[in-house]
Amino acid sequence: MVSLVEHLPLLIVVLSLLSAITILIAGWIHRRTAWFISLGTLIFQFISSFFILEHVLTRGPIRYRLGGWVPPWGIEYVMDALNSYVLIILLFLALICLLYSKKNIEHELPEKVVSFYTIYQLLITGLCGIIVTGDIFNMYVFIEIASLSAYALIASRGKIALRASFTYLVLGSIGACFFLLGIGFLYAITGSLNMHDLSLLLPPFYKNRVVIAAFAFILVGLSIKMALFPLHTWLPDAHAFAPSEISAMLSGIIIEVATYAFIRVAFSVFTPHFLRLFPILEILSWLAAIAILFGSVLAITQRNLKRMLAYSSVANMGYIILALGLSMSSTTSPWGGLNPALMHILNHALMKGCLFLVAGGFIYKADLWNIDQFYQLGKKMPYTCAAFVIAALSMIGVPPSVGFVSKLYIILASIEARQFFFVAVLLLSSLLNLIYFWRVIETMYMKTQGEEGHGPSSYSKHEIPMGMLIPIWILSSLCILMGIFWLAKIPMPILDRVNLLFGLFQKP
Amino acid sequence: MEWFLAKIFAKYNYWVFILLMLIGFYGIVAKDNLIKKILGLNIFQTAIFLYFISLGAVKGGTAPIVDEQIVQKGYLYANPLPHVLILTAIVVSVATTAVALSLVIRMYQEYGTIEESEIIEKSAREPLHGVNSKPET
Amino acid sequence: MTEPVIESLKPAWALLCPALSSILILLSGRRPNLRETWTILASLIQFILVLSMAPWVTQGYRIESYLFKDILPQVHFGFRVDAFGLLFALTASFLWILVSLYSIGYMRALKEHAQTRYYFCFALAILGAMGVALSGNLVTLFVFYEILTISTYPLVAHEQSQEALFAGRKYLAYLLTSGVFLLAAIAWTYSLVRTTDFSPKGIFNSIPLLPSTLSILFVLFILGFMKAAYIPFHSWLPTAMVAPTPVSALLHAVAVVKAGVFGIVRIVCYVYGIDLLRQLGLGTLLSSFAAITMIGASLFAIAQDNLKRRLAYSTISQLSFIIFGVGLLTPMGITGAMIHIPFHGLMKITLFLCAGAILVASGKTEISEMAGIGRLMPLTMIAFTIGALGMCGAPPIAGFISKWYLSLGAIQSGYWAFLALILIASLLDVVYFYPIIRTAFFEKIPKNEVLEEKEPKVQLFSEPPPSLEREQPFFVFLIIPIGMTAILSILVCLFPNLFYIYPLVQRAIQNLSGG
Repeated sequence: MVSLVEHLPLLIVVLSLLSAITILIAGWIHRRTAWFISLGTLIFQFISSFFILEHVLTRGPIRYRLGGWVPPWGIEYVMDALNSYVLIILLFLALICLLYSKKNIEHELPEKVVSFYTIYQLLITGLCGIIVTGDIFNMYVFIEIASLSAYALIASRGKIALRASFTYLVLGSIGACFFLLGIGFLYAITGSLNMHDLSLLLPPFYKNRVVIAAFAFILVGLSIKMALFPLHTWLPDAHAFAPSEISAMLSGIIIEVATYAFIRVAFSVFTPHFLRLFPILEILSWLAAIAILFGSVLAITQRNLKRMLAYSSVANMGYIILALGLSMSSTTSPWGGLNPALMHILNHALMKGCLFLVAGGFIYKADLWNIDQFYQLGKKMPYTCAAFVIAALSMIGVPPSVGFVSKLYIILASIEARQFFFVAVLLLSSLLNLIYFWRVIETMYMKTQGEEGHGPSSYSKHEIPMGMLIPIWILSSLCILMGIFWLAKIPMPILDRVNLLFGLFQKP
Repeated sequence: MEWFLAKIFAKYNYWVFILLMLIGFYGIVAKDNLIKKILGLNIFQTAIFLYFISLGAVKGGTAPIVDEQIVQKGYLYANPLPHVLILTAIVVSVATTAVALSLVIRMYQEYGTIEESEIIEKSAREPLHGVNSKPET
Repeated sequence: MTEPVIESLKPAWALLCPALSSILILLSGRRPNLRETWTILASLIQFILVLSMAPWVTQGYRIESYLFKDILPQVHFGFRVDAFGLLFALTASFLWILVSLYSIGYMRALKEHAQTRYYFCFALAILGAMGVALSGNLVTLFVFYEILTISTYPLVAHEQSQEALFAGRKYLAYLLTSGVFLLAAIAWTYSLVRTTDFSPKGIFNSIPLLPSTLSILFVLFILGFMKAAYIPFHSWLPTAMVAPTPVSALLHAVAVVKAGVFGIVRIVCYVYGIDLLRQLGLGTLLSSFAAITMIGASLFAIAQDNLKRRLAYSTISQLSFIIFGVGLLTPMGITGAMIHIPFHGLMKITLFLCAGAILVASGKTEISEMAGIGRLMPLTMIAFTIGALGMCGAPPIAGFISKWYLSLGAIQSGYWAFLALILIASLLDVVYFYPIIRTAFFEKIPKNEVLEEKEPKVQLFSEPPPSLEREQPFFVFLIIPIGMTAILSILVCLFPNLFYIYPLVQRAIQNLSGG
């Protein structure tokens, strides 16, 4: 007897797709229904993702055969600890951004509300699909669904965002093509597309040049999608000029889902055994170290808050990739294996989501984009600014915030891997973080006069509506709470399960 | 020389696909005109599709329409799976092209040009906020 | 082998006081009276809680409470109160009461802006300092150390002028950089020995380690505690003097800088252990290094005309006395160092509070302007003189005891040059404090000033000039804390057992020297 929970992986994707269509039709009849349908769908998805996680943790992975076709011929959806964890993060952030968007989108894109939510649901469909699927070609299709919706959403603000979106589209398509080419090579060698099947068929060919080329193409393709230095060039503009909730989604989860795809391919399809044959992870971690420094330094040079945050995302992807690169050389619980990388995926989603939403709040209320216009904002929008401060402190890595926890774990992992250079990079980067975030905080709270001498002059409170403030505060309070949860090791069983899955852990 | 040529022509489908891919890539990188960029992207994608399709080809095989005749007489037939996959990929590519073209149309409406360098120049001068964005008062 | 343990949540409650009060302060921002009641109330409760722990600790118990077990293997987030930690906690919490009182007078008299932010951050800073004092391992200490850094930034930059912003930036740049070093050192330590708990025996004994590794790590730790403001990383402290005076008083004479020194003592005595440091020969090095600051900062102090800046340099010099004493690695030296933490706190806070009172009453900040101020503000200046004399080490004021023990320690260590250094540094203390007292008491009040500022009917010198102290409505808030600290600095010299100060130090030394 198949329990209902085992149907949920499929339902999550299909319902989201159906709701996209429903929104289009219902929104055509009555515009206001769009948001509510989207909300209902997301709440359902979010709740079911918890059921999936519970099922995975207690009864093992869920394998769902689409249309009853037996894998490796049919498409299979597989839920294990890794993707049910990422799924929860995705749906949580999507829900928060949706709550936030009610006011913001009505204000920013009043003409396009219906199409916005339609495409938003398509984006969620794509991202969920990437996460749940166990078939590598299916993953390609979902990556493209997610990316296409992302292009459209970024472009929705018009003007400069159009160009940003176009650049992203061109680079993203090239990345997807590379990914597809890699899949083609794998198919040429093994004749299979099912991930589990591939992992069984591939080992004899690990030294085969086609397989190596396949891995290289997949790596480069996904690196573009996850904006790994030096393939990050599309990111700053795209993240800066999208509507803020989309920026939050892009920075907070979309590039992380691409990272998830890479982890899935590298560890599930190719297995750690393959990764040990070549210095892949070493190269990745060095690239990541450069990304951390490069992103942080460029963030300092930005005047536009959202661009600054976008560069900070480049640096933070560096953290995740660095942690990923160290995952095989440090194996002690709790900082060994994939733990710090997966941890930072969640932590970054919380922090960067909050920061982008706050930046959106400034744009919503006063059309403020540049940091030097922010003076006295601390008085005018006290709650928004306080949330910003919490999230920024978290980015800097002040304990006991989430940023501190991930930084600590990555440092411990690099010490265990005997890579002291990375320790220095991490510590330096937290100082660089300090510089660029402190500049904002100082302007908001301490500066009494702007350098250009204009901007809103009244001292009265000018707070953003509750509908936007609540999501911001949920995220910012989680920045602290989650840090404490991590330190108290509450979510650790999930991560332990992931590491066991890939054989990365030695229990102490 | 002969050996070399034989090597090339034995796998000519790969060479075609690599050549097409490079042409496409050149178009994406070097052209200033956005439409030409999109064309380049299409050629790039098509190259990969061709590769997939040629993978599925079997020398002397017929179309993979399985009926009794084929099975009984032991005819060879092409592997249908790559073709099916590429059908999906073509749909994706068409969708990408559609989004890209609509972006270009919007940019043409905004800036009156589809040359990338001119768009960059013009967009650098405009204020940051989008079309519809006005500060709430 | 170690002390018996009492499991108690008192340390956590003590930390909850400032944490809760900070929230209450934020909520009652519109009603100043209520807001300041919270501050006073929290400080009183906190002090009582901390004091109530003292009898247990002096009897040789150790108080432990862990909030989160195993945040890393073998590292618990929580508190572990020993004699030395309690000593610092007592100092900070007691002086918080007085400074809260003083703040009310000071901030209202000067009509400062953003007072809610001020009290909020102040409470958070105390939370940080108390956390540093009570934490049981390096990781917990680091958490509170960073909270302390961040929460004091708005206090330093309180004025929001260009100068204050610059000071704030400099403050953060120095202290957060040092935090980075500290984090690196802690992570390294943890990876070496898999524990960060403080132990009177040191924690590096379990496995043999290279002396070079330990030495580099030691340097990292010392860099990590840049809050101790040693030369050449001292310049943030004089710059930070743009802060309101109560901030300078509590934070830059007690909480912040003492947290740095406290950390160094923790590292020397409870992470490395005295024996190990002696083997490595790092103690003498540390003392010599501190001696440079002792002498150097005093020389800098002589050149300052701004009263608060002179006091800041004096602080730098006095902090190095503590580092110096610890570096001697002798029981007497460490006694002197530990006891100097509360004693210097008492005296320096008196001096700072006097400087603030002068600013409130007369608006003067430069020493050269203060001619004759001793006659206008007799009570304040008497307190100031007590503090200054104490700094120089004159009996019967607190400074005498600590310098006495430090000298004994120097003799015990066998380096007579160190004794000479203490004496020279004390002499320099006299050199920079004496001119202030002379100017205040023995120079004549400039005539024009009296005429301008006071009512014209005041006759020059035929009757004593009116005391500035009685004219300020809030001055009672200022003078009570000043008087209390001044009197206490004398009392603790005569009765060192007051507030368990001396027994605590003795207990700490006993534990260090192995029962």
